[in-house]
Amino acid sequence: MPIIKNGKIVNDTWHHLADDEPASAAPCTVSVARWLREKETLVAHGGALGLRIGGGDRMEEFVGDLDQFPLVVVEFPSMVDGRGFSVARLLRERHGYQGELRARGTFILDQVFYLWRVGFDALEFAPGVALEAALPRLQEFSVRYQAAADEPRPIYRQYAR
Amino acid sequence: MYQYDQYDQRLVDERVAQFRDQTHRFLQGELTEDQFRPLRLMNGLYLQRHAPMLRVAIPYGLLSSRQLRKLADISRRYDKSVAHFTTRQNIQFNWPRLEDVPDILAELATVQMHAIQTSGACIRNVTSDPLAGVCPDEIEDPRPYCEIIRQWSTLHPEFSYLPRKFKIAVSGAAKDRAATQVHDIGLQMVKNDAGETGFEVLVGGGLGRTPIIGQTVRPFLAKADLLSYLEAVLRVYNRFGRRDNKYKARIKILLKETGIEDFTRQVEAEWAHIRGQLVLDTAEIERVKRHFTAPDYQPASAGTLETQATAEPRFDAWLRNNTTAHKIAGYRSVFLSLKPRGVPPGDVTDAQMEAIADLADRYSFGEVRATHTQNLVFADVNQDELLELWQRLATIGLATPNIGKATDMICCPGLDYCSLANASSISVAEDIYSRIDDIDYLHDLGDLRINISGCMNGCAHQSVGHIGILGVDKKGEEWYQLTLGGSSSNDASLGERLGPAVDKASVAEAVETILQTYIELRHDDEPFLDTVRRLGINPFQERVYAHH
Ligand code: SF4
Repeated sequence: MPIIKNGKIVNDTWHHLADDEPASAAPCTVSVARWLREKETLVAHGGALGLRIGGGDRMEEFVGDLDQFPLVVVEFPSMVDGRGFSVARLLRERHGYQGELRARGTFILDQVFYLWRVGFDALEFAPGVALEAALPRLQEFSVRYQAAADEPRPIYRQYAR
Repeated sequence: MYQYDQYDQRLVDERVAQFRDQTHRFLQGELTEDQFRPLRLMNGLYLQRHAPMLRVAIPYGLLSSRQLRKLADISRRYDKSVAHFTTRQNIQFNWPRLEDVPDILAELATVQMHAIQTSGACIRNVTSDPLAGVCPDEIEDPRPYCEIIRQWSTLHPEFSYLPRKFKIAVSGAAKDRAATQVHDIGLQMVKNDAGETGFEVLVGGGLGRTPIIGQTVRPFLAKADLLSYLEAVLRVYNRFGRRDNKYKARIKILLKETGIEDFTRQVEAEWAHIRGQLVLDTAEIERVKRHFTAPDYQPASAGTLETQATAEPRFDAWLRNNTTAHKIAGYRSVFLSLKPRGVPPGDVTDAQMEAIADLADRYSFGEVRATHTQNLVFADVNQDELLELWQRLATIGLATPNIGKATDMICCPGLDYCSLANASSISVAEDIYSRIDDIDYLHDLGDLRINISGCMNGCAHQSVGHIGILGVDKKGEEWYQLTLGGSSSNDASLGERLGPAVDKASVAEAVETILQTYIELRHDDEPFLDTVRRLGINPFQERVYAHH
């Protein structure tokens, strides 16, 4: 399935494992609950492993494991559930997560700019969204008042005003 | 006042383009209702009973005459030549067409205005003291900090999809005229023991369904830490605020359920992490402050005003009631009453707006302020010109000497415009008005705040009215619940329920009975609120429900 990654449309090979679905050797992501339950077996399964986080997951339970995951997926169960915006900034700015940080869910084009600003570098839209239309939205605004994951300086340090 | 630089302007222009695209996609069917709703709300656009309603931001209530003329022009071209000032110092148009809204926003952008975040589950337009910078009781002018907060909160990438709306108010004076205790965050400027000015931070106040007075989470916050602390509070709220029930989603509920100690601990822990990363630079504070310098005040002649007042009792009444002390000798701040008889509270016509703009240019350095009580202020009027100004205001119907009195009611649009309303509010205000229209009676009643909301959302802040009136629906009929003893000032408190709701025909009479009871029971010149606090609601209850 195509996703946006690093500003380009690419084909994605990751599989999001349901909690009761057996892990194969292919790259797959698991929920935080499953990760906490089956750490040892999952590490042993051999393939690349990613973590899927929901806005309600307790971060202190998994932040120590972040360097095991080349991919972290933050779920957006609805477009108005904005918890993922905070989760992303915390992962990038506080916990120094450097791998692929992917937003996944029902957000819309008009949120892409914010998603990019808080540190996502990959976007997995719900099926049916024309990804070409999302690309220009990564830079929808040329002015950024706030510091965030993409720009550590608030506006008054970006420019001599 | 603050003037946009190229970055501020560019952002607003880009926002107009974005909303034009969003409206187009919605009208084309590319965005669903559910998708368009949060987007349009974040641009102040409601779809109302009769037509869309557009709420335009007046940051911390400050308007230039040029901006006011533009608003008049918009009301004439896109609306029915009327606009409505709200309880959050904003202005609303009740009849624009959805298709026209992008053009209206483009017009606004030409005078450095916008409708960004005037609604929706995001950080709303910041409000402040309408006498900021001119009142004698000020610790420091709060407007530069309001502007800094405005910029920080505008299109905040992390906090644009909060559990619910989020309102911030800043007050810099000893007397709280910004209702900071009933905001999600209230910032009260204070001095610490070392003599530095900073902010006391209150969190969790709010009106609406579950009115609560805010609590202090930090008694002193240094200016450099302003933005990091706001960010810490917002982050805790965004992550842990309830999203399962919109009536429990405000930060006040999170604070109540978490408890003030735990909540404060969470905020402080978050703040400790980000405090060093997000410092509000002194240079930036100074830059913004340079936009709020004192105008060119001129000395006033001695004695003239007293002579004029003695000669004209109506002027004297207006002077005493509708003007207030200024920090500069020879100047006064003048309130323009938007509460004349027979006009929905807070409404102004296009012609009035233009006339106000002209008067502002002539008498008050071209600036106007909106108050949260739905009136306007000329902040800087030389006392030599007060008589002339009074005469001119009278000719356009804005000199009713009722500021802070019983007919200066705060009233939401209610059933006449608002699709959420249970009951009308404007006609109730008119009924009450007709019973206390006598000027001597009005002034004898003294300071009185009557607030009327058409539903539980409480846009007219009825729970902090000295007399609060709340419209409720009883089997399809309009009924009204009365409360007594509320206040949003320094002595903030929530009104106590008087008893069962009364029907529409009886509300004004009930209010009249309450006022009569007060007159009989007050001590000397004891204000209404003090009498209620001294005696409790019982004597009022007995009289109002005597015949029921
Ligand atoms: S209080 Fe209710 S009726 Fe009045 S404006 Fe607010 S939502 Fe509408």
